[in-house]
Amino acid sequence: MSFMKTGLAAAAAFAFATSAQAVDLEVTHWWTSGGEAAAVAEFAKAFNEGTDHNWVDGAIAGGGGTARPVMISRITGGDPMGATQFNHGRQAEELVEAGLMLDLTELAEAEGWKDIVHPSALLDSCTLDGRIYCVPVNIHSWQWIWLSHEAFEKAGTAVPTNWDEFVAAAPKVREAGMVPLAMGNQAWQSAGAFGVMTVAIAGVDAWSAVTIDKNADVAAGPEFAKVFQAAADARALREGSNVQDWNQATNMVITGQAGGQIMGDWAQGEFQVAGQVAGEDYTCLPGLGVNEIISTGGDAFYFPKNEDPAVEAAQLELASLMLSKEVQVNFNLKKGSLPVRGDVDLTAANDCMKKGLAILADGNILPDGNQTLSPDTQGQIEDLMTEFWADNAITAEDAQARYAAIIADAD
Amino acid sequence: MVDIALSGPRGPKPRKRFSRRNIFIYGTLIVVALYYLLPLYVMIITSVKGMPEIRLGNVFAPPVEITFEPWVKAWSEACTGLNCEGLSRGFWNSVRILIPSVIVSIAIASVNGYALANWRFKGADVFFTILIFGAFVPYQVMLYPIVILLREVGLYGSLTGLIIVHTIFGMPILTLLFRNYFTSIPEELFKAARVDGAGFWGIYFRIMLPMSLPIFVVAMILQVTGIWNDFLFGVVYTKPEYYPMTVQLNNIVNSVQGVKEYNVNMAATILTGLVPLVVYFISGKLFVRGIAAGAVKG
Amino acid sequence: MAHAQRPSQLFRNLSAKIAAIPMIFTALVVFVGGTLWTITYSFTGSKLLPKKIFEWFDLFSIPVPSWIAKDGALDFSIPVGFVEKSFVGLKQYDRLWGENRWLISIENLFIYGICSLIFSLLIGFILAALLDQKIRFENTFRTILLYPFALSFIVTGLVWQWLLNPEFGVQSVIRDLGWSGFTFDPLYNAEIVIFGILFAGLWQGTGFIMCLMLAGLRGIDEDIWKAARVDGIPMWKTYIFIVIPMMRPVFITTLVIIAAGIVKVYDLVVAQTSGGPGIASEVPAKYVYDKMFQAQNLGQGFAASTMMLLSVMIVLIPWAYLEFGGKKKNG
Repeated sequence: MSFMKTGLAAAAAFAFATSAQAVDLEVTHWWTSGGEAAAVAEFAKAFNEGTDHNWVDGAIAGGGGTARPVMISRITGGDPMGATQFNHGRQAEELVEAGLMLDLTELAEAEGWKDIVHPSALLDSCTLDGRIYCVPVNIHSWQWIWLSHEAFEKAGTAVPTNWDEFVAAAPKVREAGMVPLAMGNQAWQSAGAFGVMTVAIAGVDAWSAVTIDKNADVAAGPEFAKVFQAAADARALREGSNVQDWNQATNMVITGQAGGQIMGDWAQGEFQVAGQVAGEDYTCLPGLGVNEIISTGGDAFYFPKNEDPAVEAAQLELASLMLSKEVQVNFNLKKGSLPVRGDVDLTAANDCMKKGLAILADGNILPDGNQTLSPDTQGQIEDLMTEFWADNAITAEDAQARYAAIIADAD
Repeated sequence: MVDIALSGPRGPKPRKRFSRRNIFIYGTLIVVALYYLLPLYVMIITSVKGMPEIRLGNVFAPPVEITFEPWVKAWSEACTGLNCEGLSRGFWNSVRILIPSVIVSIAIASVNGYALANWRFKGADVFFTILIFGAFVPYQVMLYPIVILLREVGLYGSLTGLIIVHTIFGMPILTLLFRNYFTSIPEELFKAARVDGAGFWGIYFRIMLPMSLPIFVVAMILQVTGIWNDFLFGVVYTKPEYYPMTVQLNNIVNSVQGVKEYNVNMAATILTGLVPLVVYFISGKLFVRGIAAGAVKG
Repeated sequence: MAHAQRPSQLFRNLSAKIAAIPMIFTALVVFVGGTLWTITYSFTGSKLLPKKIFEWFDLFSIPVPSWIAKDGALDFSIPVGFVEKSFVGLKQYDRLWGENRWLISIENLFIYGICSLIFSLLIGFILAALLDQKIRFENTFRTILLYPFALSFIVTGLVWQWLLNPEFGVQSVIRDLGWSGFTFDPLYNAEIVIFGILFAGLWQGTGFIMCLMLAGLRGIDEDIWKAARVDGIPMWKTYIFIVIPMMRPVFITTLVIIAAGIVKVYDLVVAQTSGGPGIASEVPAKYVYDKMFQAQNLGQGFAASTMMLLSVMIVLIPWAYLEFGGKKKNG
């Protein structure tokens, strides 16, 4: 990678020439929805006020799928940003292996990250060969369904308390002229919803066997057959949700145009921005009300290697800041996610967050698909799921067979 | 030769003003023209409606109440993440990308065309053929190798890098355009200059350049619209700081905060399309001549 | 071309050669080099970063006995064999042709391509013929028909997404007119979504085709028309049997331009449907981009782009043979 070095050296030389203590640190991320932007503003504020440096916001719209390619080409192209978001797990694996990311181990040891980050699995997915390369900033779980009180009221039924009740109430919602299940058309949303249904319907063991151990026999087995059947049924419920983005689908729930949405806890931020109150305007059911368990995926920040010591110092300051108690609380309250440290005060949290915190405290947690499957396998699953959810002609059996084949090839 | 191509209609002569034939021709053309104008009409009226009106009415209904709020928002307030500068930032980036790219690509391509037309050297045809083939190679094939090339010379993510990319991908069609034009300049002029002892650059600057102003204008129109409308290179070879307007447009349209604001999206869309549209309307016939000359004479 | 000078002295060519360096560089390094690079790496299992088929380092390093060179300061460059790094043979291609998404992409490209070829030629020619009837306001009509061509695909895609939106667009307007059962939602119906994209593509592109056709029509000798009129041949017959055969070169060029454009379709789909609903409107160019950059599977993306290249070549080589092969004979 000698050509990389020349590029970096040039950049460093330039930086030296203008050497100053205050650094403009460009931070790239894909947080552009209302709730997300409010959350990231907390980071920016803390960084601008708490240090001499300057947060340069590099938001890239269109979700991780659009943003990650840009981030990766910039890092491999020799023009790294100061810090960048990834879902922690395997997305940045090869970049770390190629030595393109800053080693944060010393800082982590000095601040005792091992003791404060909870659950510890989060830090593990930032670790490669015993060295730490990223800062987990939040815990996001996929296993939620969000229900609109208004919609069920209009349909004349009680707000469901679990998935089965939801399916039973769906025809009434449809009759009342609403869409029972809102779902955006992007691939990751259909794949995510399927994952949630897997945990709820097939159970944790079957889920782990497939997602962690890549056992294709289980993927082709009877537990998963039930999931595919349920998904095929749910397919009819989503008909009519002609939106792209997840937050447009969430907006259908907020405005009572749809009964519910299976979406991760980041949907929380949207309800908050819309001024809705959990338990009054909407209900959230972890694990679809069936299996109260949450996955602990989330976002992490990586710091691409930079030869300018001033930049590196600023990077470390930002890393430390992101884990500090105050920033963790402010950021996560806005984002609707759970903090990565158990020792912070979250009395300000709302109903749904408290449910999540309780489940977290009980230890009912799973790793996230991002942590166990490679982006390539994820991509194949997404292709299959988006096709399956959109096309009624694909039977549950066909889809399951193709799914099992992907798992069999997974790396 | 280009001029002959558009010298005038050649069809049968018209007879009466209100013959069935005329009604048919004008009727068809008017219907087609309306169909072509419809999207533009919808864009414009949507961009001056308020959101409540959009939700109630249909897309073709004229606005009840005209508001320029969406335009202001699209230009200077729409947010992507924490940047709430709207399209204005992208506009200036596009200008900064456009001007050097147009100048450099035309300068290089015109010299190439001149060398190919008047100073043919051994192997020139081979390179030219490869170049023409290059015009048809899907960009995706080149995407990654160019990332590596730019990285090796340390230009990845910089404006210079993007300018080089535009120069490279504009080269096939522009070179073709210039080669064809220079070929059509009377050879006697070239010979006379050679007899007078003028060299490669002397002939280029003193004879070819002054004689080929129209083709330069055509090339400029082609490049201005092409580069302004580029999306793929802008997103792959630059960073958010330098994102051109098309990328910003896509960003704004895709960062939905709450509900999709169709009026802002449409205003942003018109703003982005404005530069090439203005160039197109001003240049009129030259534009047509340009694309016809570039393509038909291939 | 006949007048082209071939200066005999070498030094006179020198400045022309120097001036042509950017062209030579682009042709060789970027187009040929880049293409070869992509093809080569399509045989590797590259994921996020390109992995080499073999390491030059491995080729050249044989242990040098310490009595020859201390600390390995001296290095012999002797290839010792082909050291496999990430060579996977045709595995990427196997997978590619087994992926449903790729097959759908190809199918879409095929449908889009055929329809787009037929309709843009047909509409383009008819419009050109209409404009060629010595009509008034020819410039106005031409300006209107051509303006979409000045817009980017992103803009076109967004406008048509909006027009075809079932809640606000054409469908709702017609329903409001009293025809409540009317359904027209091409962008949300997997069966016909590709035609929704075709709609937008044609709107943007036919004006351009019309201009090419018009230029072709204007290139035809007026005497032909006079002769046809004298012989009493009806106009449509003159067009079909006399004019169109005479415009063969224009048609071929147009065909190639349309075909090359079709393979590149990307922005339009991204802006209009993002490949949806499901994967019903995926196209090969999007597959390449998504695999390379989103799924972090470069090898797969390279394999797909190599297939795209191949399909372009299938179109181009016969054309180049017809065009350039013929010209050489004419001198």
